[in-house]
This record gives sequence, structure tokens and C-alpha cells, in this order.
Amino acid sequence: MSLLELNRIGHAFFGRTVLEGITLGVARQEIVALVGPSGSGKSTLAHIAAGLVEPREGRIARHYLRHAMVFQEPRLMPWATAAGNIGFPLRLSRAPRRMRRRVIADAALRAGLLPEDLGKYPSELSGGMRQRAAIARALVTDPDFIYFDEPFTALDVALKRRMQDLVIEAAASARFAALFITHDLLEAIRISHRILVLDAGGRGIAGERLPPGSPGTRDEAAIFALRQHYLTADPLFAHIHDIDERLRP
Amino acid sequence: MSLLSACLDRLARLGRFLWSAWAGLAGLALIGALWQAGHEAYGDFILTAPLDTLAAAARLMHEGRAQELLALTTARALAGFGLCALIGTLFGVAAGYSPATLRLSRPILTLLLGVPPIAWIVLAMIWFGPSDLTVAVTILISATPVVFVGAVEGVVTRDRGLDDMAQVFGAGPLRRFLFVSARQISAQLFPALILALGSAFKVAIMAELLANAGGIGGALARARAMLDIAEALAWVSLAVAALIAVEYILIRPVRAELERWREAAAPWGVKR
Repeated sequence: MSLLELNRIGHAFFGRTVLEGITLGVARQEIVALVGPSGSGKSTLAHIAAGLVEPREGRIARHYLRHAMVFQEPRLMPWATAAGNIGFPLRLSRAPRRMRRRVIADAALRAGLLPEDLGKYPSELSGGMRQRAAIARALVTDPDFIYFDEPFTALDVALKRRMQDLVIEAAASARFAALFITHDLLEAIRISHRILVLDAGGRGIAGERLPPGSPGTRDEAAIFALRQHYLTADPLFAHIHDIDERLRP
Repeated sequence: MSLLSACLDRLARLGRFLWSAWAGLAGLALIGALWQAGHEAYGDFILTAPLDTLAAAARLMHEGRAQELLALTTARALAGFGLCALIGTLFGVAAGYSPATLRLSRPILTLLLGVPPIAWIVLAMIWFGPSDLTVAVTILISATPVVFVGAVEGVVTRDRGLDDMAQVFGAGPLRRFLFVSARQISAQLFPALILALGSAFKVAIMAELLANAGGIGGALARARAMLDIAEALAWVSLAVAALIAVEYILIRPVRAELERWREAAAPWGVKR
């Protein structure tokens, strides 16, 4: 049974249709990467699936217990320390105070934050550390589904790689399913079990590809070769780098 | 353990704050020097020497009635300030969340700000006579718009991304407001509150003077009638001292507690 099922989702901003007839499912412990050109409505779709945006049409069935989200920006509260930010979902779920400290430290460690960073405010952390705190915040309630909305776009290449490894490890140990929005094909191949390509105009899913192997076991050369193959020989990815920034809402 | 470290942190911040008072003292000393220069140029009748003024203020405090008058004026100013803070914040937040209300309230605000406070004093005197109510109503009408605008700005300029974040993690509208928006609103609200407190004191004294309602304003009116410049200046100094005391006892500590992260964000050596 799928944890998340979207059925014929459609949405429009100010009368302009951005998504139409999107149907997709994410199975238990499966990481699905959703790629598409800029402005094709990928982020909107993630926000609809997570319940932040009400779709104009279509049905959403969520069979998971608890979800979390990592946004494109860290979205940390500037007035709270790293520990306060990571523990925010626990505070919302009214977890007992005594338990929180240990759970926060544990989630922070999994995201690569050291105990001495927990007392710092976001303004004292570097960009990479902030995104780590955002990942720790997503992991802290032990969700069985996580939405990633282009989380590493603003990071440099080396940092991006390290964050991707972090997500792959966390997914393997915490066994969550994920919908990973990205426009970086290399990232999609590295991180996911299945790649869905969104139609350039947002009219349905254009197709899907299953990269061989599972995340974390593929070697770099194969990933790179696969990316080249997708970009040069696969018609499904022909429009992936088309950009019309004027169309962005 | 964490309690101890929290106490130590607060002590350290208090120490830094007290140490920063030297800069304030330097500024005051500069004003004192200018004042003294003015005194030496124009003589005792126009501008009493700062030390004589301080002596007059000390004498007023010792005689006993000054404390009563100060307490009366401070209580009136605080009552008016409390009312305007409450009403301004409530309506400002409501208007911030409801664009229709905001559009409706804009012209009302322009109208209220356009009427000079002195007109309100005259009206309030006619309506309520020379009483506490006159002073409170005048403060309410003249200081509320500032608080209202501060609250509206706080709501409108808040980071909506944080609202979305809180919603994803399961916060309903009420907890989104309490945990995420209220902190952002307070950052805009506090400067407005400090401004409103200052104008509450000024308007209170002005209303007292014009309405003959006692307090510091009444004492100032008497000093003017007797052309006693030393006493008038002494009353002014006492009023300013009362305002500063209230601001630093009431508002600054709350603000410092809420804005600890701003201090952490400032680079080393630029801590103010």
C-alpha cells in the first residue's frame, strides 16, 4: 500500500493553471525524486501533498502517521537556539520536557551537529549548519514520511554531496519514505529509488525511470554515466533544463 | 546546572549593560556642559545652573510633596500607556491579519493623527472635567496610533515561511500565532511601545498643566506663574527621570529577554 497517493491533482495561481492531472504514489520506505524544469510547479506539488496549499482539484490520500518537511531555505526561527529550533516539533506534539533534550541531541547528531552547536542561534551558524539543523528538525519526531523541497539548492557542490549522503544514511536507518523535489538530476540519481519527471507545463507526470541499484550503493562513475545517458539519449529528460523564469509564480 | 548557567548568562548581560552606562553618562555630561555654558552666557534668570537645578530638584524631593506629585503623574501616564498599549496592540494585530479592517482603519488613523493633542485636551476637559480620566483619554487618543501602526507592521512584515514551517509540523492557527508570529510582532511592537510611553508622559504633563489637574503639570503651572525658572527646570528634570526609570524598569528588561538572539548576532566588539 502506498503511504502517499496523489490522484489527478490540479492547481492554478490567479487563473493560470500550473498543475494538471498529477497522479503519483510513494510506497513505504521509498524515496521518490521528482524532477522537472524550473517553474514546472514541483514545489507547489510538494506543498499541496504536505497540506500547505489546498489543491483546486484532485484527491490526496495520506496513509503515513507523521510527516516532516525540509524547505529550500532552512526556515529556522531566529530567536531560538539550534536546540530550540530542532525541538520545535516536539514542543508542538507536547512531548515531555525531560525527554526532549535527549531526543534533540540524538537528532542533531544524526544530522551532523555537535552538542556544542546546540546552544547557538541561527545567526551564529553557517549556511550548511543551518540546513543541518533543518534536517535535524525534520528527523526529531521520527516521521515515516519526509518532504524535501529542493533543500540543497543553495549549498555548494561539496556540501551538497555531504548532505545527500546524510539523507541517504538517515533514510536507511530511520526507514522513512520521502518525496524529494529537485532540479539536479545527479542528486535525483544519487538519492532516490525512483525518479519521476514532471511535464514541462505541469500537465501530468511525463514518465518515470528506475536507476539500477539502491541509494548509497551506486558508485560515482555509474551515477555520472547514467546522468549523461539521461541527458543525451533519453527523450524523457529533453526539457529538464528548459528555463522560463518569467513563468514562475 | 542549566539554571545556574542561565543565571550567570543574565548576570553577565546585566554587567555589560551597566558598563555601557558610561557612554550614557558621557552624553549627559555633554548636555550638562552646554547647559552650564548657556547659564554663564545668559545668567541665572534665564537659565539656572545645572547644579542649582539639581539642588532644587533634591529640595523638592525632600520636602515630600514632590514624591506625591511624581507618583500621581506617573500613575496617570502608566494608566494611559497601559490602555493604549492594550487597545493599540489588539486592534493592530487584528487589522494586520484582516486587510479589509486595515483599509478601513487607515483613514481613521490619518484623521486621529491629524488632530493636535491639545484639541483632545480641550475636548476631554469639557467632557470629563479636570480629572484622571481627562489625562488618560488624552494619552489614549494621542499614543494609540503609534502602537497600532507598530503592531500592524509586525504582522505584515512577518516571515510567512515560518508560518508554513509551523503548519507542516502540525501547529494550528492559534499555536502558529503564539509560537511563531507573536515573537516577530513583538520585535516591531517594542520600539512603538517605547515611543508611546515617552509620549504618554509628555501628554500627561501637558494635560495636567492645561486642565489644572494637579501632578507635575500643575506644579509646572505654578512655577511659571511665579517665574521660578529653577523650580520649573527641576520639575522637568524630575519628570524626565521618572520616564527614564519607568522605561528601564518596565520595558527594557522584557525587550532584552525577548531579543537575546539579536545580541548573539552582533559581531564581537559591536555589542551595544
